[in-house]
Amino acid sequence: MGFNKNSVEKYFSQLLLLGILLVLVCFLSWKSPFFLTWKNWRNILDTISVQLLLALGMNFVIATGGIDLSQGSNVCLTGIIMAICLKANFSVWSAIVIGILVAAFLGIFNGLIIEKIKITPFIVTLGTSSLYRGLAIIITGGMPIYSFPTAFTFWGKGESTQLNPPIIIACIVLILAVFLMHKTKWGQYSMAIGGNEEALRRVGVNVGFYKVSYYLASALMAGLAGLIITARLNAAEPTAGMGMELDAVTAVVMGGSLMRGGKANISGTFIACLLLGVIKNGLVILSISSYYQQFIIGFLLLSAVVLAEVRQRGQIRF
Amino acid sequence: MSNISKVPVIKVENINKSFGSIHVLRGVNLEVYPGEAVALVGDNGSGKSTLIKILSGTYGPDKGSIYIHNKQIEHLTPKKALAEGIATVYQDLSLDNYRDVIGNIFLGQEITKWGFFLDYPAMEAIAIDLLKKLKINIPDPRVPVGYLSGGQRQGVAIARAVFQGKEIMIFDEPTAAMGVKETATTLKLIHSLTEQGIAVIIVSHNLFQVFDIAHRVCIMKHGRIVKEIPTGDSSPQEVHQSLIGQTGLEDRMEQIYGI
Ligand SMILES: Nc1ncnc2c1ncn2[C@@H]1O[C@H](COP(=O)(O)OP(=O)(O)O)[C@@H](O)[C@H]1O
Ligand SMILES: [Mg+2]
Repeated sequence: MGFNKNSVEKYFSQLLLLGILLVLVCFLSWKSPFFLTWKNWRNILDTISVQLLLALGMNFVIATGGIDLSQGSNVCLTGIIMAICLKANFSVWSAIVIGILVAAFLGIFNGLIIEKIKITPFIVTLGTSSLYRGLAIIITGGMPIYSFPTAFTFWGKGESTQLNPPIIIACIVLILAVFLMHKTKWGQYSMAIGGNEEALRRVGVNVGFYKVSYYLASALMAGLAGLIITARLNAAEPTAGMGMELDAVTAVVMGGSLMRGGKANISGTFIACLLLGVIKNGLVILSISSYYQQFIIGFLLLSAVVLAEVRQRGQIRF
Repeated sequence: MSNISKVPVIKVENINKSFGSIHVLRGVNLEVYPGEAVALVGDNGSGKSTLIKILSGTYGPDKGSIYIHNKQIEHLTPKKALAEGIATVYQDLSLDNYRDVIGNIFLGQEITKWGFFLDYPAMEAIAIDLLKKLKINIPDPRVPVGYLSGGQRQGVAIARAVFQGKEIMIFDEPTAAMGVKETATTLKLIHSLTEQGIAVIIVSHNLFQVFDIAHRVCIMKHGRIVKEIPTGDSSPQEVHQSLIGQTGLEDRMEQIYGI
């Protein structure tokens, strides 16, 4: 098909974000020779890996028109379960597997309540967010659990000169997510649920099953994120992961996915994460106060949403 | 027609359906034979679309039975209905506006390689072919359906149903948003379906439009089929008379007293 008007339309969000990213990269590499070093970029990628994982999972949920506000609490609870297993002298692998299984269970629980009782995802996951966080606090008595075997902390940092495990995990999941979203029924149905759930039911698709599976996917990403941050901090804290779900939503929406569902954009999500990482990094490099960080992110998010909305209006009927 | 000896493809008996306190269908009986086109006409709110949704498995009836090829079907779901060869063009078109034309035509019946990898080129080729065959004018099947005109959108819904349908095709006001030319094409298409032996149910508020292609007209009123008229022994004017004529005293009594 080539590079016609349609593909520009289709990839507008990505192109725009890429443009901003490019300008920023040029500016920062002009300002500081350190910026373009591999060490700095590994740093950037390392910082965004957790946000990217959560955003990728969140993208499938948002594509359905839902939201998963329990991600952050899931991250925390998963980390604590792993920590407890490690303290009980479980092997590192079994601790990780048990933690991820618990995460999966929490996701299925979200999905089942949303599907079976038909309550809006916002309310359900707001509730379970508090539930999971509360559980984490009860289990730990509010105290952090720390100091784990190096075979476990490896998953947070790895050897400092090589590619870090979090970056590798995030890359694998990113490729998988692009493939699943755009090349499989499973991904396409997440958007179809957001686009017209009733139409999907009428063509005989088991919508409930699929819905639950997206909350499961989101929770699995929280499980991986839980592993990474617990290993990275060498501690599981009952306050861990707080607000991470909103950072994920920020990246998803900025990347051009629609909050009401129907249209999702995995590569946009990735570019948005990258942009956010570069901005944070740039503020440090330029020694600008991190006070500006929140303001800039807020400004970018709002601009992205307003722009997407204005462009949609009058083109697509609802 | 010599269909009388044949087995009806679909038969419903005493279908009742309420939404809350509104009794929408009050004992509908209908049977349709292979190659027969039945027109369902009646006022807005008389329950046509609700009946259609029961036939397509979207709603379950509160009471009544559904037979396909004389076999009673319990709990007809959309999946079962499609498996039995029933395809439906819904009045609301049932399209995903963000999805492109190809994606909408293949929704729920995507072509995959190795069981999971969507074979987009294969779907595109079939879709382009199908649209051409049905004379539906859509220059680029890759555009999201939300960008299309009302008539084109109806075309997409019809193309999907044609792709799904094998035995029974149901059209709920399929030409409502179409221009004169598109409407003629659609009616011709529906007629050709009956010639292939497919049973057709077509809902319309325009009796004159469907009279020529229908073998039988069923007049629906307040949740019942009040009259069935074979088009062979009648003129559209006569049928129109009985459509209007009944909105007399009897009708108002029914509205007021529910009898
Ligand atoms: N899902 C629903 N919930 C409540 N009432 C409904 C629903 N669907 C249809 N109705 C009501 O049922 C009646 C018949 O509607 P419908 O079958 O769409 O009629 P028609 O297609 O003949 O215009 C209308 O009064 C309508 O308001
Ligand atoms: Mg109707």
